[in-house]
Amino acid sequence: MPRKTMVEAIRDGMDVMMERDDNVVIFGEDVGYFGGVFRATQGLQAKYGKSRCFDTPISELGIVGAAIGMAAYGLRPCVEVQFADYMYPAYDQIVSEAARLRYRSNGDFTCPLVVRMPTGGGISGGQTHSQSPEALFTHVSGLKTVVPSNPKDAKGLLIASIEDPDPVIFLEPKRLYNGPFDGHHDRPITPWSKHELGEVPEGHYRVPLGQAVIRREGAALTVLAYGTMVYVAMAAAAETGVDAEIIDLRSLLPLDLEAIVASVRKTGRCVIVHEATLTSGFGAELSALVQENCFFELEAPVRRVTGWDTPYPHAQEWDYFPGPERVGRAFLEVVSGDQ
Amino acid sequence: MAGAAAKSTRSPGRGVTEKDAPGAEGARRGDPSGDGAPQGANFTREDELTAYRSMLLIRRFEEKAGQLYGMGFIGGFCHLYIGQEAVVIGMQMAARPGDQVITGYRDHGHMLATGMDPKGVMAELTGRRSGYSKGKGGSMHMFSKEKQFFGGHGIVGAQVPLGTGIAFANRYRDNGAVTLTYFGDGAANQGQVYESFNMAELWKLPVVYVIENNRYAMGTAVTRASAQTDFSKRGASFNIPGEQVDGMDVRAVRAAGERAITFARDGKGPYILEMQTYRYRGHSMSDPAKYRSKEEVQKMREERDCIEMVRKRLLESWKMPEEELKTIDAKVREIVNEAAEFAQHDPEPEPAELWTHVLL
Ligand SMILES: Cc1ncc(C[n+]2csc(CCOP(=O)(O)OP(=O)(O)O)c2C)c(N)n1
Ligand SMILES: [Mg+2]
Repeated sequence: MPRKTMVEAIRDGMDVMMERDDNVVIFGEDVGYFGGVFRATQGLQAKYGKSRCFDTPISELGIVGAAIGMAAYGLRPCVEVQFADYMYPAYDQIVSEAARLRYRSNGDFTCPLVVRMPTGGGISGGQTHSQSPEALFTHVSGLKTVVPSNPKDAKGLLIASIEDPDPVIFLEPKRLYNGPFDGHHDRPITPWSKHELGEVPEGHYRVPLGQAVIRREGAALTVLAYGTMVYVAMAAAAETGVDAEIIDLRSLLPLDLEAIVASVRKTGRCVIVHEATLTSGFGAELSALVQENCFFELEAPVRRVTGWDTPYPHAQEWDYFPGPERVGRAFLEVVSGDQ
Repeated sequence: MAGAAAKSTRSPGRGVTEKDAPGAEGARRGDPSGDGAPQGANFTREDELTAYRSMLLIRRFEEKAGQLYGMGFIGGFCHLYIGQEAVVIGMQMAARPGDQVITGYRDHGHMLATGMDPKGVMAELTGRRSGYSKGKGGSMHMFSKEKQFFGGHGIVGAQVPLGTGIAFANRYRDNGAVTLTYFGDGAANQGQVYESFNMAELWKLPVVYVIENNRYAMGTAVTRASAQTDFSKRGASFNIPGEQVDGMDVRAVRAAGERAITFARDGKGPYILEMQTYRYRGHSMSDPAKYRSKEEVQKMREERDCIEMVRKRLLESWKMPEEELKTIDAKVREIVNEAAEFAQHDPEPEPAELWTHVLL
């Protein structure tokens, strides 16, 4: 099987869908001619022409709003917002229009739209190029929110998202584009070409939305993670020796509650890890769900390890980032009951 | 001077083609004196020297920033202003103390032009504690109340409503100040720009919108992103007057800046200046530059460079001895080297700094 980077896998997913379905159109800033700042759309304009893969002005609101109109008519736009941090001008359209079209029209109109956005830090991007806004989407009823953690999933989830009848926010942890970054920023990263999850099947396949996967089986505690934090948690488990069961959620909404509950019932302990800020982060939702569903099996309070409640700093990036050391410390504390 | 008389002068604006380089027409048209001085420029020898010194400082500073980036002292994003120096310097020469400046992320030049300390700017680039934002802002996010510099904004177009609001505050306080609000040709396509234009004209706010048309937004040429490529007309439906200006000629910039600022200061409302300029370097530090030819860049550097033009005039028209210019060059280099030295040795911020200035 060919090995691909996450960017190549995402491009492949779009390619497959453009090939299969004329209704799929792809656009965004620098997406056509330039092939995207992260090169996710490279070659698609040459292959499918300018009416199916094209550049837009710098107008996030316009990009997403127009895509919603296209989707309402039956096209399947897959648009790129260059960095998730640029999404805010489009947020009104996402929340007030995309998420509401089905409900508002009693199902007459739907919005089969995908908005792709690179998220997360670790590239010295500072305040406006590092954010993880997933909770702003999961809080909105009428949206699906997906976060892949590897090339194989990224392609399958993207195909499932494009085929989905409803709007999907597709968040791509940019630090994972080239390899499974585990927070050890001072070490070289293993490229996807040397990782089994870099093996991307050819052609069409789906990874269904709403199915989590266990990346590491364990008995001591359950880790709920997604995106980059999956690898940080793996590193923390390896470095502390704590026998963690690490669940990669893959899709936050729909959420695989069953997998979460089964694991926490087994281990009795739960640590939630995300890069976004703590307060009202998606971890708060996860924590509440675990408490509601596993209260009698819990042997320790649910613990969250997240970015601090501050803007993402330019300097001190690694003080902000919840790296393996911080995550590992939480593992040890939760296991020892010393919180 | 201002108003209708100053209304759009240059080419009808079906986009700028290679042959019709920014300001080429201005240079051709010339003025009666024969050295190509734009109308109303009245540049003295002192003015030329001021422009030379200030533009050179930006150029050398940016070159040094590029080097430090290459050496790994600067991380993340770093957008250099090289090529566009005449815009901000010409405008600052037209402004007066108290006028505010706000811009996007290609902001180092604007900060130096407002008189901010090169050391503090460079130390911010390297993420150190003596940087203007204590290292937490980086290249795109710096401010100085003292110099009335309102940032440094990483979100394209976001500074435009802010600049409009600052102008509102000027009017409210009746302080006589004008806000210079800079943004790019790409930013000009953000919806919030037009909400701002409407309010600014509706309320006759003292703001000059300076659109730095350097022909590209990242890898997208103006003609591929803009239905109306004559940016001076972007305020037309709001009745905001606009001009296209040769942004490579600091004299033309100052002259247009004076017209626009006077107009705004006189309470007549906002004014738009489209500065036709050019960025020599990549958009940020990693830029495959496949969207334009090397020749195009080379031609601009050789034929339209804002600093070279002043230098030539100083030597030829003003008969300045080359030695004197060399002294200036050396002085500028010294300032920049000092800043670079400082920015490499200044310590990183204390960990606790992470938590400061989030909320009170
Ligand atoms: C809202 C938003 N969208 C996209 C970007 C990414 N981006 C940064 S600079 C840029 C190009 C802007 O071009 P222009 O306004 O012409 O300014 P220039 O870089 O040429 O100075 C883009 C698309 C951003 N920072 N913010
Ligand atoms: Mg531009």
